Amino acid sequence: MATPANSMRSTASKVGYWVDQRLPISSLWRDHMSHYYAAKNFNFWYYFGSLSLLALVIQLVSGIFLTMFYKPDAAEAFASVEYIMRDVPFGWLIRYIHSTGASAFFLVVYLHMFRAMLYGSYRTPRELIWIFGMLIYLVLMAEAFLGYVLPWGQMSYWGAQVIISLFGAIPDLGFISGDALVEWIRGDFSVSDATLNRFFALHVVALPLSLLMLVLLHITALHQVGSNNPDGIEIKNNKDATGKPVDGIAFHPYYTVKDLFGVGVFLILFAFIIFFAPDGGGLLLEHDNFVPANPLVTPAHIKPVWYFTPFFAILKAVPDKLGGVIVMGAAVMVLFFLPWLDRSPVKSIRYKGWLSKLALGLFVISFIRLGMLGMGQGTPAQLLESQVWTIVYFAYFISLLIIPRFESTKPVPDRVTSSH
Amino acid sequence: MKHQTNATGKRHPQPTSWSAMSKSAYVVLFALLTVVSSQIVAAESASLLSVDINVRDTAALQRGVRTFNDYCLGCHGADYMRYKRIASDLNINEGQIEARLLPPGREMTDALKSSLQPEAAKQLFGAVPPNLSLSARARGADWLYTYMLTFYRDDSTASGWNNLTFPNAAMPHAMWDLQGVQELAQHAESTTATDTQAHGHADITAGLKLIEPGLQSPEDYRRTVKDLVTFMVYLSEPAQLQRSAMGPWVLLFLVLFTLLAWILKREYWRDVH
Repeated sequence: MATPANSMRSTASKVGYWVDQRLPISSLWRDHMSHYYAAKNFNFWYYFGSLSLLALVIQLVSGIFLTMFYKPDAAEAFASVEYIMRDVPFGWLIRYIHSTGASAFFLVVYLHMFRAMLYGSYRTPRELIWIFGMLIYLVLMAEAFLGYVLPWGQMSYWGAQVIISLFGAIPDLGFISGDALVEWIRGDFSVSDATLNRFFALHVVALPLSLLMLVLLHITALHQVGSNNPDGIEIKNNKDATGKPVDGIAFHPYYTVKDLFGVGVFLILFAFIIFFAPDGGGLLLEHDNFVPANPLVTPAHIKPVWYFTPFFAILKAVPDKLGGVIVMGAAVMVLFFLPWLDRSPVKSIRYKGWLSKLALGLFVISFIRLGMLGMGQGTPAQLLESQVWTIVYFAYFISLLIIPRFESTKPVPDRVTSSH
Repeated sequence: MKHQTNATGKRHPQPTSWSAMSKSAYVVLFALLTVVSSQIVAAESASLLSVDINVRDTAALQRGVRTFNDYCLGCHGADYMRYKRIASDLNINEGQIEARLLPPGREMTDALKSSLQPEAAKQLFGAVPPNLSLSARARGADWLYTYMLTFYRDDSTASGWNNLTFPNAAMPHAMWDLQGVQELAQHAESTTATDTQAHGHADITAGLKLIEPGLQSPEDYRRTVKDLVTFMVYLSEPAQLQRSAMGPWVLLFLVLFTLLAWILKREYWRDVH
């Protein structure tokens, strides 16, 4: 640090010093940015962590502006969204940012989760990072579902009807029954103004707060143990004389500038959707949701938005309602156990055998195929195919337990391979 | 392929193949998603006529709003749209709007409300005609276009009209004076949307026969409907004019930003080996 050259600088540094004595700004910056070391060989898949954070910020900021004009009232909600779309200056832009942002959030989170599965980022000592990440994913699903109800279109209304009624599958257990639970969630005998009001409260206050806290925990846990890398090597095991990992580079400026590039590419795709295809051919904004909610008219084809359809397909694949709810719940919950299911001696897919690669490949295909089937009308052929892919989906988790018993892995190097 | 020596001195190939594989897998996944979305859209509109709509065609929009005013607004409203917005977006001066479109006693800032009271509508049609502000987004341009071409005379319904695109719709043919009167062609009594789909390229309107000509020739009527649908597509999202005008500039900015970010990244990473 150079000596302050003039009194202005000296005043600034005095204020800085004063604050720093009372708030650990410079040590936080040091520990989490300028002296937080990450492996130098992060590849394409490592963009999606910072992009998930960006998606969260986009949703929070655009959401605040929407809240200024939206009316959480069954009689006014639909028209207030159209008011935003037509009469509020740049309201259409804010609304499309928020609606496209929801899909973008799920896309980057799914890719981020896939990265963890690819390189074993959930494994010791990063189990808690994964658990917090999964909790973020759960809250995000709830947040997206609640948000989808707010425009109060036909698909909002009937989607809410179908999803809430899933709780009705719980049998009467004496102290609680499915029907009572459903009524408690809706706050009424059907999805109504009361439901919309509480969903709004949860969507704009309770769940965003939970998301922020969980993200803080996720990142704090990450910085405690350090990031994994595509080779699944602990870079902390190989430090130079100054205590800096030899394969590590400072998060700032190296990954801040690299992620800035990722942000640019992401925003190009994001802006392209917003300005040229905001409804994504009915995939991002569904056609039926441009019809106001009508409790008397059931839409011909009720389906959730694309990011839920893999689980919706699993739900429909099981012939029994309660069974379907349980299997669908299990499809999400099983992910929590990944750190303990994966028994391979190596973390990264790079050093696993071809069978492990095949298993992960099939898992990805099953997820995508289920996502497509979940959008379908549910013909017998589609249900049969959904059952097959549901089995493939769950088989992946069993394969993590079994394949390592006989699969021979490749030797893991001591140093990370290829930089950027 | 690069090779690397590990601690045990054993050489093993660096697994570049996997990252290459994952990249191509990503491309395939993206392609699959694109395919499925287009399939879903295709399934919905397979039996409809397709119409090519250009919302930047101001002349078509101006003709369309006149038709909309004369033939739709009597019963339907477009409650989310204001006269003033139409004037500015469609390049019509406010005096002309007042003279030609604005009902007496209404302001330029008012919405395009129907003059038909809901109670009267219920008595007339048995239902309140829907707000048309968002019809084009809910139904699609092809559906609206086909719907307005497939009305036919049917004495079995209350209104005396029926529609191949929307069977047993409560709405009578509002534009019959322009199109004339159609009836089901004898040989195609059972022609429905699904039949037309099964016969491949057979046009849904082939099941209908013009028995009484209207004020417009079939070609002119189709153009009138196309202009009307163009206006309704605009009506469903007036911001699309701003959106598509702004989009290229935003993208240009972001491309430059990304280029700069890439140069910055390359500069900083020069010392990473």
